[in-house]
Amino acid sequence: MNMLEVTNLSISFGGLKAVNEFNLTIKKGQLYGLIGPNGAGKTTVFNLLTGVYKADTGTIVLDGQDLVKLSTIEINKAGIARTFQNIRLFKELTVIDNVKVGLHNGTPYSTFDGIFRLPKYFKAEKEITEKAMELLKVMGLEAEANFTAANLPYGKQRKLEIARALATSPKLLLLDEPAAGMNPNETAELMNTIRFVRDNFDMTILLIEHDMKLVSGICEEVTVLNFGTELTHGITADVLNDERVIKAYLGD
Amino acid sequence: MKKLSKSTKNSLINYGMVIALYVVIMIIQLCGGLSNSMKGFLVPVCIYVIMAVSLNLVVGILGELSLGHAGFMCIGAYSGAIFSKLTEDTITVAPIRFTIAIIIGAVFAALFGALIGIPVLRLKGDYLAIVTLAFGEIIKNLVNVINFGVDSNGLHFSLKSAMDMGLAEDGKIIIKGAQGISGTPQDSNFTVGIILVLITLFVVQNLVNSRDGRAIMAIRDNRIAAESVGINITKYKLMVFTISAALAGAAGVLYSHNFSTLTSAGDKFNYNASIMILVYVVLGGIGNIRGSVIAAVILYILPEKLRFLSDYRMLVYAVVLIVVMLFNWSPKAKEFKEMVSYKIKGMFAKKEETQA
Ligand SMILES: Nc1ncnc2c1ncn2[C@@H]1O[C@H](COP(=O)(O)OP(=O)(O)OP(=O)(O)O)[C@@H](O)[C@H]1O
Ligand SMILES: [Mg+2]
Repeated sequence: MNMLEVTNLSISFGGLKAVNEFNLTIKKGQLYGLIGPNGAGKTTVFNLLTGVYKADTGTIVLDGQDLVKLSTIEINKAGIARTFQNIRLFKELTVIDNVKVGLHNGTPYSTFDGIFRLPKYFKAEKEITEKAMELLKVMGLEAEANFTAANLPYGKQRKLEIARALATSPKLLLLDEPAAGMNPNETAELMNTIRFVRDNFDMTILLIEHDMKLVSGICEEVTVLNFGTELTHGITADVLNDERVIKAYLGD
Repeated sequence: MKKLSKSTKNSLINYGMVIALYVVIMIIQLCGGLSNSMKGFLVPVCIYVIMAVSLNLVVGILGELSLGHAGFMCIGAYSGAIFSKLTEDTITVAPIRFTIAIIIGAVFAALFGALIGIPVLRLKGDYLAIVTLAFGEIIKNLVNVINFGVDSNGLHFSLKSAMDMGLAEDGKIIIKGAQGISGTPQDSNFTVGIILVLITLFVVQNLVNSRDGRAIMAIRDNRIAAESVGINITKYKLMVFTISAALAGAAGVLYSHNFSTLTSAGDKFNYNASIMILVYVVLGGIGNIRGSVIAAVILYILPEKLRFLSDYRMLVYAVVLIVVMLFNWSPKAKEFKEMVSYKIKGMFAKKEETQA
């Protein structure tokens, strides 16, 4: 059963073909890697999948649903959540409120209930506070729940982005360089967390990463992108030993 | 005792502050200790507190710059006054008529808020500021030329002169061009003003501390991330503009029923007024509701009290604004304030410990 099927996806910026006839198939529950040298078009693929950019050509099907015409908001509701390479937190909100914003569409009360503090408000707020705390616990952030997000150290900010994305109850989670800026210890811990999320949330995960230790450690399959086109894809160990891949990374 | 969340505590302190101020003023007034000039300030102070708090919702919570807030006040002032004039003879119970007038002023201002909101919300930053500025000026100049009257045949309009409306013998002029509306029932008083301030605080604070408030602040902090978690940006921007305009409209009704004559001449509805309200918001602290209340009270009364300085009045006022600005925003002053609040908290904590 496939969670994501991408066919012939292309986009160009001016003369630059940032992503060119890209294909990708991810099975339900898979941990999938998207790798490639700087500027290969990896983040652009995420932006296409989440509707930030509109594709020139191609189709995106999530769990049987066509996403091509949907807006970013609708795509999130359809089941894709993401983190950002250049961290995008709600800086002035507290850590727990960042997660609660992720729970926004799962918070069942109206503006009227909120302003007039009707029973629904208290019930729902209590529920989402508990849910948010659970997610913070998974990411090891419960002690910082009431910190302002901007005051978190870098590694924890990345984890908070994951918690916020998970809060939207996605089917597919996109992680853009989740280990960037982390030290080896933090990275090892993050690998465990990502596996835990996959196993305990029945999640399908697609991640971009430059840290090959992380990729070979947790990704079952990978696709390699180079200059916007796919170089190869397959079982992680095979792909990472492929001469073309090594050459693409080292340069000619 | 149940532990109150920090935001609930803050809201309660704000209501308490406003009610305490009301009680103190009422006592002074009963003892006859309130000068006539001070009495004249009471309703306007309430009006500008409402204006500042409602503008803070747009500027501080949503993070968009609006320079046309006085325009919404103008719409509220006129629509409320028109209603009161039309129903003066039919609804004789003043409080009921005034309540309806306030609702009507708020609804009309909200309609305009939504109306200009829809095209304007695609704009950001400077562009939004310019369009809202233009909106405020257009409204103010438009009401300046409207003639409006009623007779047994119905309602009559003219942009030329009151004569052009062709009112019948039994007709009544409601708006007479630049001369505006006269003979509005003076239903405003300090008590109503305070009630409206409390309602404004209630709406704004409860909105901010709900799922909608979090969504609005999320949009302010990072629009792209907010969209990525499924937040409807347009809906929330429109909501903020509408609610903020409605509150400004209610303040406008309070304004038009405070004097018997209402015109759009002078500084009260133009960009000067909008910018003055923005000054209250900025100096009170962007996003800080309590700050807006305090700043509006002090900064409204101050220039009036400085009248004895005659020519130097605005000079002194400007210096005060700069000092407040420095005190609020400079890093050193922030450190100092944090230290003071830390020490005060420490004192309380010790007390609790010894009590326990
Ligand atoms: N909005 C845009 N307008 C113009 N060019 C863009 C835009 N977004 C991306 N590009 C270009 O597309 C190419 C791919 O960029 P992308 O960010 O997807 O690379 P990446 O694989 O994520 O690289 P990195 O590993 O450095 O993050 C780059 O040449 C980039 O400059
Ligand atoms: Mg990238």
